[in-house]
Amino acid sequence: MEFEIIDIDLINYQRAWDIQREIFSQVKERKISGALIICRHRPVITMGRNGKEENILSDKRQLEKKDIKIYNIERGGDVTYHGPGQLCVYPILNLTYYRKDLNWFLRNLETLLIETLSEFNIKAESKSGDTGVWVGARKIASIGIAVKHWITFHGASLNVKKRDLANFSLIRPCGQDIIMTSMEDVLRKEVKITAVKKTLVRCWYEKGAFARIGRGY
Amino acid sequence: MKKVLLPELGEGIEGANVTFWYFKEGDVVKEKDDLVELTTDKAAFNLPSPCSGKLVQILLKEGDAAKIGDTLAIIDEQGA
Repeated sequence: MEFEIIDIDLINYQRAWDIQREIFSQVKERKISGALIICRHRPVITMGRNGKEENILSDKRQLEKKDIKIYNIERGGDVTYHGPGQLCVYPILNLTYYRKDLNWFLRNLETLLIETLSEFNIKAESKSGDTGVWVGARKIASIGIAVKHWITFHGASLNVKKRDLANFSLIRPCGQDIIMTSMEDVLRKEVKITAVKKTLVRCWYEKGAFARIGRGY
Repeated sequence: MKKVLLPELGEGIEGANVTFWYFKEGDVVKEKDDLVELTTDKAAFNLPSPCSGKLVQILLKEGDAAKIGDTLAIIDEQGA
């Protein structure tokens, strides 16, 4: 069965959420082995299953003015922000065929992002007990997943462009007092979304545990 | 009577929090229906029903912490 890379670029959150569910059904019905959805969202706040209202620091009027909607979604984790300067990656995989282990999946998702960043000469790392990808004390990528019938959906968002970071002040990202960073902030130069996308897909196929998954089953 | 147990979720994961029951006690469930949602820090995991039957008892409620191997609920397979 085929594995698919689905690059939908800039899309509003609701539509991308619908596409995730469509692909989820295809994986469940074994029409495809799995997929990696790559996209960007217009500004949006999502609340995961561990989300607390008090972690949204902005009031409704401010969010309306910025045209930022809040979605309560079925992933784990607390609140996060998505904007067009981020790359979101949603692997839809049936772990039954690989390894039924949530930590295995989360650690490999971190590794994929770390390998991608390394190709841009950014030394990033994961932290034990604090899922996500970090450059020093700053977070560069956030992760939150959902798993049904051992099929994963939702995933990770990698901060590429500097311009979106200001909107993180509207929330307490992941319910923590952390400072976010982006690839452009770290490198102090322009980073093109298309270049990150291309590198991430190459890393998916060539490095780490997901390389095997990329070949389908 | 069939016990619904919290399965192994992965290396190093000792348990999860019960966040949502898709059914209430007395409801009839089908095998593989989403039965209960549990969360670890960054993952929401949905446990399907292991069999068809009547959900006679929920032992761990929303907000409760469950350890791997804990009985979450009991299903009467004759009650389908």
